[in-house]
Amino acid sequence: MIDDDFHQDVASTLTLDIRNLHTHFDTRAGTLRAVDGVNLRIKRGEIVGLVGESGSGKSVTGFSVIGLVDPPGRIVGGEVRFQGRNLVGLEEEALRQLRGHDIAMIFQDPMMTLNPVLRISTQMVEAITAHEIVAEDEALERAHDALASVGIPHPEERLRDYPHQFSGGMRQRVAIAIALLHNPALIIADEPTTALDVTIQGQILAVVQRLVAERGTSLLWITHDLSVVAGLAHRVAVMYAGRIVEEGPVDEVLDHPMHPYTAGLIASLPSHNRRGTRLAQIPGMAPPAHDRPTGCSFRPRCARATAECEQDPPATTPAQGRSLRCFNPMPAGSQGGRA
Amino acid sequence: MALWLLRRLVQAGFVMLAMSAIVFIGLHAIGNPIDILISPEADQAERARAIAALGLDKPLWEQYWLFLQGALHGDLGRSFVFNEPALRLIAGRMPATLELAVTAVLLSVCIGLPLGLYAGLHPNSFTGRLVMTGSIFGFSLPSFWVGLMLIMVFAVTLGWLPSSGRGETISIAGVGWSFLTVDGWRHLLLPALNLALFNISLVLRLTRAGVRETLPLDYIRFARAKGLTPGRVIYVHVLRNILIPVVTVIGLEFGSTIAFSVVTESVFAWPGMGKLIIDSINVLDRPVIVAYLMITVALFVTINLVVDLLYTLLDPRVRLGGRR
Repeated sequence: MIDDDFHQDVASTLTLDIRNLHTHFDTRAGTLRAVDGVNLRIKRGEIVGLVGESGSGKSVTGFSVIGLVDPPGRIVGGEVRFQGRNLVGLEEEALRQLRGHDIAMIFQDPMMTLNPVLRISTQMVEAITAHEIVAEDEALERAHDALASVGIPHPEERLRDYPHQFSGGMRQRVAIAIALLHNPALIIADEPTTALDVTIQGQILAVVQRLVAERGTSLLWITHDLSVVAGLAHRVAVMYAGRIVEEGPVDEVLDHPMHPYTAGLIASLPSHNRRGTRLAQIPGMAPPAHDRPTGCSFRPRCARATAECEQDPPATTPAQGRSLRCFNPMPAGSQGGRA
Repeated sequence: MALWLLRRLVQAGFVMLAMSAIVFIGLHAIGNPIDILISPEADQAERARAIAALGLDKPLWEQYWLFLQGALHGDLGRSFVFNEPALRLIAGRMPATLELAVTAVLLSVCIGLPLGLYAGLHPNSFTGRLVMTGSIFGFSLPSFWVGLMLIMVFAVTLGWLPSSGRGETISIAGVGWSFLTVDGWRHLLLPALNLALFNISLVLRLTRAGVRETLPLDYIRFARAKGLTPGRVIYVHVLRNILIPVVTVIGLEFGSTIAFSVVTESVFAWPGMGKLIIDSINVLDRPVIVAYLMITVALFVTINLVVDLLYTLLDPRVRLGGRR
């Protein structure tokens, strides 16, 4: 049973293995296929950047992993294998025990993620006691240490404060401290630095990078900002219209994008353009989730589209460790050229 | 804080002053209480004696001046009808009304809040929709009609509960309280429910709206992502936030409940302040009317103060607003 052993081995190093995930929203306008067949693997201790425009389904993918997709949304197909165990269809109570304990989440807007009427201590202690039977003062002690570890000065005083007494960056540190309370195997970070100033963004990235490396935590970093991914992630997955169109090691994908959409994204970065020239841009906008073109969803915006693109492009492996869904990839050696 | 309190009290003083002046002028314009109080057969001398005894022979401004002087000493005048200090007369009736109003407010919270939570958490369920439809009736049915229907069903047809009066009372500090006896409760239930109906609907809709508004917020999602139990999420994270508007409205409605008890007290012959004020208006018993309105203003001011203080307890952003 060599094959089985091989799979066992792969599974044991994989923290997260998303297989052909479909999450749909049934609305009056029709079924929105927010996540439409996503495959994604995250190894232990690995940082994966999930990049895409608004509405590409990247956040819904994150919420699908921990079963927090609210109705009318629901997972209609696929598997979310976490440490070898499929979470799709798991009972709510079983999912609850995983949330915060084994899989933690950090949200986009730190001004909104903490409950405004509860003290920080309350919000941290409840996160501990939801999973463990601990004495109140021991839980407080741990909350205190967690705040200190994310670089919040005077944690013993800050514990008694309310969220509105913290700045945005400090609140995001609190959220990170809460996420790390149980040493989860996986953290899903949904654009956690988007709402912050650039300097604060840098500090938060440094904190996360350090803590994740110290503890061997896997990290799924959802963002629309390629430059953040470039400095943080090991691998990057580019999402478009509910699918991952390109995936691979971050340096390779950024240096040699194969999908015209990835190439367009990179070319759109202001730092990639020479001063005085017009900014490169991808024409048009992402199709709405209830009205996507057949075949490749990027087809209407793509300069390289051919008649073949009216068919669904299959996932291919153009190089070791990379995957791609495109019939007409960018020519080798192109550096984020125009799509 | 002290300054804020002082300002509130001064404002309240001015409101009371203006109100008493309006009542004096208004009642003077409506008619002469002597015509109602004295039998038509009384001769001229008796009439003059009565007018002088009540102080109605003096010009209106002087009557008002004398009233103000008395008011400063805590004397709001004597009832023309009962010849008793108006304040004592009202104080004797106040427990009945307060008891009714407090019970009604408690009922509206105990019924409205759970139903609103349910309707907010299950907005598309049959029960949720039924509750919301029912609340429209609570809003729109006139309270006197509901009162009569309650009497008809529970007192006349079913015979479960008495239709009028306070029943057996137990006296504490010189005033009787119905809520201390079983019989008193039986008498209290129907009028309190009648009075509460509007507020039940109000609290219910407010709670539902709050739940619907709070549930999709990020901090609720974050609370769920921490792995908290659904109970903890709803009863701590959601409820703490929706309590803020609910407490405000309940506080403000408490004043209205006392004011609206006039109708309910008349329907159920509940011997409270509301019934007293209606009787007093009928006979133009000016001191009682003025005293009643003064007390009502004082009550409103006190309630608003308490609500503001509660607000700072519930919402930390209010408490620390000055120290930001």
